[in-house]
Amino acid sequence: MFVYADNAATTKMSKLAIETMVPYYESVFGNPSSLHSAGQEAKEALENARATVAACLGCDPREIYFTSGGSEADNQAIISAARYGARKNKKHIISTAFEHHAVLHTLNKLEKEGYEITLLDVKEGHNVTAQQVKDAIREDTCLVTCMYANNEIGSVLPIGEIGAICKEAGVPFHTDAVQAAGHLHIDVKAQNIDMLSLSAHKFHGPKGVGVLYVRRGFPMTNLIEGGAQERSKRAGTENIPGICALAAALKDACDHMEEHTATVTAMRDKLIEGLSQIPHCALNGDPVNRLPGNVSFCFEGIEGESLLLLLDMHGICASSGSACTSGSLDPSHVLLAIGRVHDVAHGSLRLSLSHYNTMEEIDHILTYVPKVVQQLRNMSPVWRDLQNGVREYIL
Amino acid sequence: MALYSEVVMDHFMNPRNVGIIEDADGVGQVGNAKCGDIMKIYLKIENDVIVDVKFETFGCGSAIASSSMATEMIKGKPLSDALQLTNRAVAEALHGLPAQKMHCSVLAEEAIKSAVKDYYDRNGIAYDKAMFPDCEHCAHCE
Repeated sequence: MFVYADNAATTKMSKLAIETMVPYYESVFGNPSSLHSAGQEAKEALENARATVAACLGCDPREIYFTSGGSEADNQAIISAARYGARKNKKHIISTAFEHHAVLHTLNKLEKEGYEITLLDVKEGHNVTAQQVKDAIREDTCLVTCMYANNEIGSVLPIGEIGAICKEAGVPFHTDAVQAAGHLHIDVKAQNIDMLSLSAHKFHGPKGVGVLYVRRGFPMTNLIEGGAQERSKRAGTENIPGICALAAALKDACDHMEEHTATVTAMRDKLIEGLSQIPHCALNGDPVNRLPGNVSFCFEGIEGESLLLLLDMHGICASSGSACTSGSLDPSHVLLAIGRVHDVAHGSLRLSLSHYNTMEEIDHILTYVPKVVQQLRNMSPVWRDLQNGVREYIL
Repeated sequence: MALYSEVVMDHFMNPRNVGIIEDADGVGQVGNAKCGDIMKIYLKIENDVIVDVKFETFGCGSAIASSSMATEMIKGKPLSDALQLTNRAVAEALHGLPAQKMHCSVLAEEAIKSAVKDYYDRNGIAYDKAMFPDCEHCAHCE
């Protein structure tokens, strides 16, 4: 049995998304900037896609900018707010300790330029509270950027509450909604979101295309200079097949959100319940406010990469925050941020589900994960020390 | 393209010499859980020959495969041969390791040396200290 349980990394494209793309390679292949009919036909497709995305997010089509993906959107949102802030002598940015690197590394860059960065602690409940944001806001805060939902541990942040606080304080609010778009209900106006990033390949669309929503009137800084595409804010001939497929996939996800949430949540909860039976393990992330498809555990006494390799041998594609899977020596910054010590963070497993998964697949996972964990524990000197009382259990 | 060679995968999936030796003559452990890999080697030694060897490893696939291969390479060999075993030889026997995984083969070499050193220490056998680098000072865990 082949079980793809790494949907937070990327998803399988839907038939709808693939079929949407094809005509824009075969027949409607014009450049939207061209005056002729072939170009204008592509232009119309582009604007229809923009309107579709805007409707899904609750904003005006003129507030939608297509990008190459979530990382570019995050970069542009943060840089835009930072540059605007600097003009008003505001160089303080608030974010969280468990953001994606697209956000954290951009903030690191700004810090080197003299910005002051406050990263909110996420140990308590593996989440942040709106109150933490409120307490961190200063006179010179030029941006609050908090992810909508965490990619590794699935915590869903109180975005509406944070938005309300930012609005009241007059501080721009950006959210990296890469894991949320198409999976959770988003309404940028009601939630007082000024900027939002999303990526098509996380909701069964194509890779290499994303969206940056920017509230009208917010001054943007260009990352890519060139032609006048995207209201002169993002140069480069538009990826029409990708953009049209993104729009189709997002609409499809939003139209079926209730039904997909129900099936995916049921599978997630069964997995969490089953895996919790393994001794000396712990669930990572907010147990209540949680992405429908996210299951994340730490297992004591084993290392994540070997766990992934063995699961792969049983047809299960998963992910881990262990150092060995990242190429660095440190385990995932997210697991460290929620307070997992190195020893335990190395033994992490993330299973991320989509509506393409089935209960039979969940049973398959539940059959093999406990076996493989035991297999690795049986050859682990750390596990032996824990069992013999030489070392103390952390979990 | 697979991350690991077929030999690495074979030794990872079917590791040789896993376990412990209760009455081992030398035991060596290197690495630490903080770094994500620990290797423990147990030696049974008779007349300066390694008559049995077992290992336990907490670590990634290449760490487990390196332990398995290294134990195979020293089993039945004189101690002098075991001390000559280099991480490079282990990696070569595994048909190569990705660059970022070479330290796993280093751990295997050091775990064996550490176990031999333990044997020497237990039996009051004199040795050249320079032959046994201190794992705690390697850059890997810095």
